[in-house]
Amino acid sequence: MSFTHLHELIRMADEKQTSIANLMLEVEIEQSLHTEKEILERMNRQFFVMEEAARKGVETPVYSRTGLTGGDAHRVGAYLKRGTSFLAPQTLQAMSFALSVNEVNAGMGRIVATPTAGSAGILPGVFISLLDSGRYSREDLVRALFTAAALGLVIANSASISGAAGGCQAEIGSATAMTAGAIVELGGGTPTQVGHAVGLALKNSLGLVCDPVGGLVEIPCIIRNGLHAVTALAAADMALAGVKSVIPADEVIQAMYAIGNAMPESLRETGLGGLAATPTGKALRERVFGKKVETE
Amino acid sequence: MKYQSAFEMIGPVMVGPSSSHTAGAVRIGNLAREILNEEPRSVEFRLMGSFYETYQGHGTDLALLAGVMGYSTDHPAVSEADKRATEVGLVYTFKKEHLGFFHPNTVAVLLHGDRHNVDLIASSLGGGKVEVQELDGLSIRFSGEKNTLILYHADQQGFLAKVSHVLDSEGYNIARLSLERWRRGGYAITVCEVDEEIRGDLLEILHTKVSQLKDVRVVRSL
Repeated sequence: MSFTHLHELIRMADEKQTSIANLMLEVEIEQSLHTEKEILERMNRQFFVMEEAARKGVETPVYSRTGLTGGDAHRVGAYLKRGTSFLAPQTLQAMSFALSVNEVNAGMGRIVATPTAGSAGILPGVFISLLDSGRYSREDLVRALFTAAALGLVIANSASISGAAGGCQAEIGSATAMTAGAIVELGGGTPTQVGHAVGLALKNSLGLVCDPVGGLVEIPCIIRNGLHAVTALAAADMALAGVKSVIPADEVIQAMYAIGNAMPESLRETGLGGLAATPTGKALRERVFGKKVETE
Repeated sequence: MKYQSAFEMIGPVMVGPSSSHTAGAVRIGNLAREILNEEPRSVEFRLMGSFYETYQGHGTDLALLAGVMGYSTDHPAVSEADKRATEVGLVYTFKKEHLGFFHPNTVAVLLHGDRHNVDLIASSLGGGKVEVQELDGLSIRFSGEKNTLILYHADQQGFLAKVSHVLDSEGYNIARLSLERWRRGGYAITVCEVDEEIRGDLLEILHTKVSQLKDVRVVRSL
């Protein structure tokens, strides 16, 4: 099977009375000629890399190579300990972990692209906070990564996961939808509810442009990962509560694709428009590159 | 190209900051090194406009260098590849050049070893996925995602028949095959992707049984 439509994936999971994670695993076994054990072990190793990146910046401040960003995961972690936050502690923890992954990324540290490096914080942020909650085992979470992968494949094959092609919605939006859908399955939701979570999460990311300052994966990428970890959790809760995405997820994905195509090039990872084109954005760019960079 | 594997969505494991500007650049360097098949002595990178404009901020230069030195996308020393290159005496240059109508994130790699040279143009397509566009001036496309044989040979009748016969009798399934030549009877390159791991003895057998074959290089899958 190929992963191109979510409704097909949902139908197949319902017919076979299995999970989306299991469908993904079956395809992976068939395609790679590796055993289920080998594939799960490989994913487990990646999960350890995610965990390391998620905790690193919370424990000690991590700064980017350019010096433009860093230390925010640590700040949020310290604030969390004060016990005065608006968000529930576990939710805020997911945010701090997500920030950490992208700070590590900007520092040329080791991360797992989920689905891309620029959006690598959302999924690990949420997953490591769930690991710490004690409600789910490492094995459960590793299996749920296959749900996330299946959802990512559908989006990548029918729209895009590249900021240069589809704007930030294609990276941050996809990561948020993958995470929301995966934890709905983890939390006992049906494949249909997984679909709603994808639709809800993605709808809330539509139109998000890719306007990084200096073309660097820092501003606003790091902050967006932190905030969208919270969105993923919220979308999952909405879907598990029974809220439906009135526009079916496959149509939301198509809308994202159409919106991406309609976006001007200045808002698709060129570092020319949006936040990158603000006075501060331009000044920061000059600070990093040492000279005025001609705009194309 | 459609995405197929769970590890394309959850993965690769890489050093940041960008899957296309960093991880993909490491992979392009890796490909050039594998094709060279010896220790590189010097390398020239020519980057297309948009790739060039942001390469320092994304560490694309370090990633390309790390790649030709054989580091993986998740090697912790990617960020100090320039220092390591100087230590091992690898001479490198970076230039800006319009290479033609390729994906914006495209680079030409000219790699010199003691015995061989490799002249490669490759694009970083996003998510760490890469595609070779040209090899030694011939329009040849492959991704390095599967085990790949690169056969340098004379353009003569029966070449592919002999190669496919050897592969079949040695138990290999051909996943993809493409042949490009300079002119009739001239120099040609065939790229052949197979599903199986490529064993060392295959290269000897190919050299013995396929008279037109001048050289073979192997690119092993990720």
